[in-house]
Amino acid sequence: MHGGEGRGAAGAGATIERRFDVGQLTRVEGEGSLRLRVRGGVVVEARLAIFEAPRYFERLVVGRRPDDVLDIVARICGICPVAYQMSAVHAFEALYRVDVDPAVRTLRRLLYCGEWIESHALHVYLLHAPDFLGFESVVALAQADRGAVERGLALKKTGNAIVALLGGRPIHPVSVRVGGFSRAPRPREMAALRPALEAAVEQALETVRWVAGLPTPDLRQVARLVALRHPDDYPMNEGRIVSSDGLDLPATDWEAAFREEQVEGTNALHARTLDGGAYLVGPAARVTLAGDRLHPLAAEALAATGLAGEIRVNPYRSIVARAVELVHAAAEARDIVADYRAPETALAAWRARPGTAAWATEAPRGLLFHRYEIDERGRVAEARIVPPTSQNQAAIEEALVTVAPGVLDLPEETAQTRIEQLVRSYDPCISCATHFLELTVEREP
Amino acid sequence: MARPRLGVVKFASCDGCQLTLLDLEDQLLGIAEQVEIVEFAEATSARSAGPYDLLLVEGSVSTPEQAEAIVDLRRQAAKLVTIGACATTGGIQALRVFADHDAWRASIYPHPEWIESLATATPIADHVPVDAELRGCPIDPGQLLEFLTATLLGRRPRLPDEAVCLACKRAGSVCVVVALGEPCLGPVTRTGCGAICPAFGRGCYACFGPRETANVPGLRRSLVVLGNAPADVDERFAGFTALAPPFARAAAAGLAAAAATGGDDARR
Repeated sequence: MHGGEGRGAAGAGATIERRFDVGQLTRVEGEGSLRLRVRGGVVVEARLAIFEAPRYFERLVVGRRPDDVLDIVARICGICPVAYQMSAVHAFEALYRVDVDPAVRTLRRLLYCGEWIESHALHVYLLHAPDFLGFESVVALAQADRGAVERGLALKKTGNAIVALLGGRPIHPVSVRVGGFSRAPRPREMAALRPALEAAVEQALETVRWVAGLPTPDLRQVARLVALRHPDDYPMNEGRIVSSDGLDLPATDWEAAFREEQVEGTNALHARTLDGGAYLVGPAARVTLAGDRLHPLAAEALAATGLAGEIRVNPYRSIVARAVELVHAAAEARDIVADYRAPETALAAWRARPGTAAWATEAPRGLLFHRYEIDERGRVAEARIVPPTSQNQAAIEEALVTVAPGVLDLPEETAQTRIEQLVRSYDPCISCATHFLELTVEREP
Repeated sequence: MARPRLGVVKFASCDGCQLTLLDLEDQLLGIAEQVEIVEFAEATSARSAGPYDLLLVEGSVSTPEQAEAIVDLRRQAAKLVTIGACATTGGIQALRVFADHDAWRASIYPHPEWIESLATATPIADHVPVDAELRGCPIDPGQLLEFLTATLLGRRPRLPDEAVCLACKRAGSVCVVVALGEPCLGPVTRTGCGAICPAFGRGCYACFGPRETANVPGLRRSLVVLGNAPADVDERFAGFTALAPPFARAAAAGLAAAAATGGDDARR
């Protein structure tokens, strides 16, 4: 489970290769490896390999009923179980033409706000910020700036409290059902969240100011961006799939513009556009493509940083986009809780029908597409799940090609830190299975 | 006195159980003062291949490499504790044992020969001796805190092994079997989650696995008498702790029925 340390040389046929192993990438969800091939100082190939022990979720759901699928797909990821439940439940409801109560729609946004807050606070404070300040972990960061870490943990706790109120527990919540929720919160329970949410808005605003001031490496890496876009709302559960180069598709039609391919040496399928291009999903894509739908507080906070343009081109600045979305999620959650009225019908009636159930929602890390073929018995006959990290892989690799030549001559530890910081900028959620990240640099003379 | 050296590692899993440690937001920094976190790849770049005074292991063994790694880790750990349904029972990915693993691999990957994967996903205790286990999918933060506190104080942790039903009654929830006719596995499932499913109006689906002396045949009979189809009851067991011995037979029957007939499920 542990990668080797240090540089070595290995012969490979007639070519002398230099190998550079710097161990497993830490502070990501899961394990994977990274291989760079360097020839004459130029990176000719960068490959992010995900050694997820395959868990076969697309087969685990075959033969099962939609409500059971909601429980099963949550287990793809302990950090973003709600995202998997949301893409799946909307897919089934679209096929079954279920008319959910408008208050259920709002509660689902609140649930997603909770997960965004929990996941973004985890990434910003515990996984990514230590890189910018030269710490190995949040524990080390806390010794230098306990106030910042306590702010991050408080935000994370509030996000978890939202998910737990709506779903019983923060990880793998139990209440999401086809048609709505098995139980909706009482107004009194919702009111109990208000003080924490008022505080969370302030903590999130402070987070934006804090991360905008972190010392950040320069980088210009223009990627094609893909996100959902909705006429009224910042994208979460609904909207059309749009891109920075003019794509505009219904959320059911991801496969009309993108495809997955298998690459040797990795257990994750890679997604690309049909013409083979890389693209980026996630907070930077959403802030750029749907920034005009941000909550006014989040839009103001973003404007005050003056970094909207930087977020578009510098992957290291994704931490600012994530912080802006923390403001959005905290402010929207606060507003929803303030205006809450319990749904008249928490769980709408529905009837299964055969056909294709497909949908995409915005997981904390980006677009998450599901497609299920439902048979005559109302059970899954076939499934396809495309997580955000498999969509970002090609863009991560392209950014590594840009960055690596400038850092590989730095002292070994600095080079490793910088490269890992770049990979972490994409918040890879490799736990959408199991993995092992080990950096291997092969230098060809 | 030197602080105990804590390691956290994972095998095939969703990361949710190790995340539970980070979800102890009010205690995390305090815990980090009491123990030295020497290995926890999700949380720190500091690494250690051992030795560990306490090693928390998440996930089940599902590749040849993992089967070797756990033996190595056991040698490094004074106390090895499994956390969660994957590590203690195999988890949801263990359902592959009821299916054709090679066919699954070929149906997802165009090049199945590139994928290293075992036909099984087995609990850690099938490979090495385990000193203690925390159940659940995911584990309960309260139980994790109790376990860590007890371990640091050198006392026995209080981890109840009674049925979910007792926690459900104490919480004052309405019994979903009696009131709604829902198939609920609470009577045979170990408590620890806080009986959240009945509190949310649905039947327990056994995240915490079987309680001691779980009477599975008795529960099956009762649920069928109450009007549930036998295949539907069996399928309830084919979840996150399906390979726990008391559940495995019913889970296999449920999956076979789901693959074969299933009946008309257009409900509600």
